Amino acid sequence: MRRSKYSRPDFLTQGEDRPRLTTSAMIASIAGPDQPTRPAPFGHALAALAQTDDRIVGMSADLAKYTDLHVFRSAHPDRFYQMGMAEQLLMMAAAGMAREGFQPWVTTYAVFASRRAYDFICLAIAEEMLDVKIVCALPGLTTGYGPSHQATEDLAMFRGMPNLTIIDPCDALEIEQAVPAIAAHKGPVYMRLLRGNVPLVLDEYGYTFELGKAKLLRGGRDTLVISTGLMTMRALEAAKALQKDGVDVAVLHVPTIKPLDEQAILAECRKQNRLVVVAENHTVIGGLGEAVAATLMRSDVRPAGFRQIGLPDEFLDAGALPTLHDRYGLSTNSIAASIRRWLDA
Amino acid sequence: MTQIGHNVSLPERARRIRRHALRMGEVQGQGYIAQALGIADVLAVSYFHATHYRPDDPEWEGRDRFLLSIGHYAIALYAALIEAKIIPEDELETYGTDDSRLPMSGMAAYTPGMEITGGSLGHGLGIAVGMCLGLKRKKSASFVYNLFSDGELDEGSTWEAAMSAGSYKLDNLIAIVDVNQMQADGPSLGVMNFEPLVAKFEAFGWFTQRVDGNDIEAVVRAFDAARSHPEARPRMIICDTKMAKGVPFLEARERNHFLRVEPHEWAEALRIIDAGGTA
Repeated sequence: MRRSKYSRPDFLTQGEDRPRLTTSAMIASIAGPDQPTRPAPFGHALAALAQTDDRIVGMSADLAKYTDLHVFRSAHPDRFYQMGMAEQLLMMAAAGMAREGFQPWVTTYAVFASRRAYDFICLAIAEEMLDVKIVCALPGLTTGYGPSHQATEDLAMFRGMPNLTIIDPCDALEIEQAVPAIAAHKGPVYMRLLRGNVPLVLDEYGYTFELGKAKLLRGGRDTLVISTGLMTMRALEAAKALQKDGVDVAVLHVPTIKPLDEQAILAECRKQNRLVVVAENHTVIGGLGEAVAATLMRSDVRPAGFRQIGLPDEFLDAGALPTLHDRYGLSTNSIAASIRRWLDA
Repeated sequence: MTQIGHNVSLPERARRIRRHALRMGEVQGQGYIAQALGIADVLAVSYFHATHYRPDDPEWEGRDRFLLSIGHYAIALYAALIEAKIIPEDELETYGTDDSRLPMSGMAAYTPGMEITGGSLGHGLGIAVGMCLGLKRKKSASFVYNLFSDGELDEGSTWEAAMSAGSYKLDNLIAIVDVNQMQADGPSLGVMNFEPLVAKFEAFGWFTQRVDGNDIEAVVRAFDAARSHPEARPRMIICDTKMAKGVPFLEARERNHFLRVEPHEWAEALRIIDAGGTA
């Protein structure tokens, strides 16, 4: 429930003087203060790949700079197409480019690709299995600008689209590895993008991205967290924190939302009768959580419990990202607290 | 300019296209016949005067691309593709039937010579823009033709595409808009006033012509001018056409967006087309 715009904020009337966080730039960094990061991993990976793959062109709808595609544009200026602030056109033109044998990598924000351009991706690209790669910034709750920019339901929408492969990478390493894998895959792909200085996490786990594969990053006897995107990073941090309290948490990372690696999910759930927690940077409706639940039900696998960490079915607040991640349960502390609560119940 | 049938006149091609369309309509007993009859002359000029293609190799790289943005005009394009020998004539009897290569709404995966999946209106022009950019990257001399409808002028995506074509100066793009003044809910200008069209497209940077789309000589001149125009601008041919052209009793129907034709009327329509065709 949103606060009323007709009453002044409580902290003004109650004289509270603690410092309040402020909404940062459009794309707030999700990196912690001491976290190692890599700059623009998507842009650099695509620019490097394009040196050996002539099919690749880049296209954006006035958001090259905010989707790290400017790195590609600088490296290959004659292979970049500015389509203006017109996401429908972006998708149509990418379809046309793909029809002529090129492999367009198109970028915009996830809200615009999903909500505004859905029909164009569906009919002009996916129905024809065209080789278009759609890479979108601001997935889920990664900006404090409010519902106009928070793509909280993109996975739900895109999961319903036949032929479309969906990737939600966790960190810089995964993005770097996913780019060539996506290029090698023939057909349309939607990738959620983390841009700017992107945390580096998975190098610690000897991880290698494989399209369509879920990977167990750590084992644990008490709870199995099945997570995707940046929530894997948070789940790993929460698992480390819980370890100190003697709570043993396994993390299965599922970067490919569709097609879902049902085999790996079922195998891990069958291995031990644990509480299963699905964590995603997305509404709890129609995303990884419901996909995993349906997979378990269809195979008659009944874990000791099933819980979801995800965004509520609401239009979310504007504000500072750390505040919002705490408020909606996506922060490391909230995840650890939720798991503790569920295990104690 | 095509490789076949130099000895057959364009009016005769148009007559045959109308005939193929009527025969397909008869299979279904109804359909978008009025649009097919209205656009037949433009299709005759497109396939037998303007575009390069190889009937036995519809995906020949050197072809001109002819996009049908208006999926429900499929019956018209099938008629042209049959006349162009890209689709065998006997397949017209399968129009709209289960497992046919000729579904009611045009789809690229179903039909040889069908370049795109139309039907979700407002897609063709933007896809054409991407293809034109791609062809220029490949240094191809091919043109992209996009046939769309006056109803699609209501779609915002059409104008996104129109603006970008002007911005990119796509001189390999020839768009043809069929202004037949009829949409699903009634006369087009009553649904949404899109005029003045010439001024609009000129303002968007297009070399724009407006012709009577049922005057074959005028259409030929417009296509020739579009292909040879010296300026680096996209080319728009606004074709004013008459719904159900050539069959007066169908022309006279007020609501002819989706025509229901009585069984005995098909033979009558064919008789009228045949009588007037070669004159």
